[in-house]
Amino acid sequence: MINMQAVRAIYAFEMARAFRTAMQSLISPVLSTSLYFVVFGAAIGGSIERIDGVSYGSFIVPGLIMLTVMTQSISNASFAIHFPKFLGSIYELLSAPVGVTEVVLGYVGAAATKSLIIGLIILATSTLFVPLEVAHPVAMAVLLVIICFAFSLFGFIIGIWAQNFEQLQIVPLLIITPLVFLGGSFYSISMLPPVWQAVSLFNPVVYLISAFRWSFFGAADVPIGLSVAAIAAFTALCIAAIWWIFKTGWRLKT
Amino acid sequence: MTAAADTPAMIEIAGLNKTYDSGFVALRNIDLTIRKGEILALLGPNGAGKTTLISTICGITVPSGGRVLVGGHDIETQPGKTRRIIGLVPQEINIEPFQTVWNAVRFSRGLFGLPPDPARIEEILKTLSLWDKKDEVVKALSGGMKRRVLIAKALSHEPQVLFLDEPTAGVDVELRKDMWRIVDALRDEGVTMILTTHYIEEAEAIADRVAIISKGRILLVEDKDTLMQSMGKRSMSLELASPLETVPQSLEAYGLELSANGLEVTYAFDTRAERTGIASLLRDMSEAGLSVRDIKTAQSSLEEIFVELVERDTGDDESPEAPAMRAEEPA
Ligand SMILES: Nc1ncnc2c1ncn2[C@@H]1O[C@H](COP(=O)(O)OP(=O)(O)O)[C@@H](O)[C@H]1O
Ligand SMILES: [Mg+2]
Repeated sequence: MINMQAVRAIYAFEMARAFRTAMQSLISPVLSTSLYFVVFGAAIGGSIERIDGVSYGSFIVPGLIMLTVMTQSISNASFAIHFPKFLGSIYELLSAPVGVTEVVLGYVGAAATKSLIIGLIILATSTLFVPLEVAHPVAMAVLLVIICFAFSLFGFIIGIWAQNFEQLQIVPLLIITPLVFLGGSFYSISMLPPVWQAVSLFNPVVYLISAFRWSFFGAADVPIGLSVAAIAAFTALCIAAIWWIFKTGWRLKT
Repeated sequence: MTAAADTPAMIEIAGLNKTYDSGFVALRNIDLTIRKGEILALLGPNGAGKTTLISTICGITVPSGGRVLVGGHDIETQPGKTRRIIGLVPQEINIEPFQTVWNAVRFSRGLFGLPPDPARIEEILKTLSLWDKKDEVVKALSGGMKRRVLIAKALSHEPQVLFLDEPTAGVDVELRKDMWRIVDALRDEGVTMILTTHYIEEAEAIADRVAIISKGRILLVEDKDTLMQSMGKRSMSLELASPLETVPQSLEAYGLELSANGLEVTYAFDTRAERTGIASLLRDMSEAGLSVRDIKTAQSSLEEIFVELVERDTGDDESPEAPAMRAEEPA
């Protein structure tokens, strides 16, 4: 039996926090994406030729959304669980009749919702700057939701793993940002020399961005089936890790 | 009132052990049964393991061995069932600072699986003098007020078992009074309560039973009334001029105890009784031809029992046998 009241309580609590800090949680991603468009789309983009028949300004939209959504998911979810751990108020969660299901639906669901909203806002913003047509809107929406959820799961794990706020920042900064930048957010993998193309295939983010860009423009760097499998595997791995954390109390209980 | 011995058990702890990752042994083979509706005071010095014991029952600390049943359910295999009925007011003021009092309390109720009930929360906040603070952000409250919020959070989900971990440590007189009012009301509702304290008077004032814990061991569990009776007892030792082999027949009614060397008799009496019987004892002794060389009196209080038990419990690894408690023993 799922404790739905608990899911609702956690979700509402987390969303209320988002609304309290709505300004900073919305303005900064929107502002930074707009800057990307100004710099890469308008200023530099004009001198870059079309990729896969798409203008450079439009080409970077999926990558930009991915970049923002991944970093937002991770920071939202990791903070949501790390803060009570830091305060000690997590005692209540640990003593409550909630298990991995309630926690994932509540905390991860809220974090994913927030980054989904931000992703959609960036998508809307981008139409102000560049012409955009979405080839597969349903696939695009599904992918966006799954990626928000998957990276919120990942962020949640980081929030539990981190033993201080420094560690909390380290993973997004040192791992995620490079992987996203090198994952083809702003270029097509096919533009790289063969050696780097091969290396890129070890970067999991490549599969996400490729699939997401496919949903916009119908062209992908890697087969879409492979992308879907990679996303599913990543999500399953995160869920298994969280299940294990709650079973053993790792970094949560003494 | 005092839960009778045949009342069903609410919490059954058997062979509970806890060794922290650091290797520190915080709980040693704890056996303790807490009956439904009773108030148990867990009395012990700092570092005795009180918080560890509570945290383990609540699911915040992982036990290293043993078993705990709450309401007949195992805390490890059926945590959903046990946690639903437990409320915890923690020792530390650990609370999310950026939410309003109202939201904090509403959150707790939901977290424990109960549907929203604004009327109930209003009632709880009013009982705790938090009603006019309901829209204030927690971080703006004083320490005492924050503690009230923690109590409100624990009460919001209508627990059948309530743990109060040092509820009155460093709190103001008002809160202390409110706390006892609440404890009384909950007692009438049949809520089982376990409170930790190192104030003996507090244990005396409200508990039905007292458990004394030291260095991770339960040293004694006793009905408070029994303890109080022994507290009121004093003993008087009378040193005799010449040794006795047996206590004379005429003095039998006094229940005297004769020392091994026959040179001392001990008389126990209740200071709260109308007549202590001392005058008549001395008269009857002189009539029986016994001459008394010296008289010493000693009183045993719960405090002394406590100090003695805890001090005697020096061993870390010896048998956890609780020393026998003898009220008439001079401390
Ligand atoms: N997480 C921990 N790791 C190691 N030792 C701990 C931990 N928590 C508590 N202890 C130790 O366990 C003992 C019992 O602590 P505690 O249960 O808090 O005692 P009490 O509540 O009776 O004051 C103390 O000596 C304390 O230092
Ligand atoms: Mg303590």
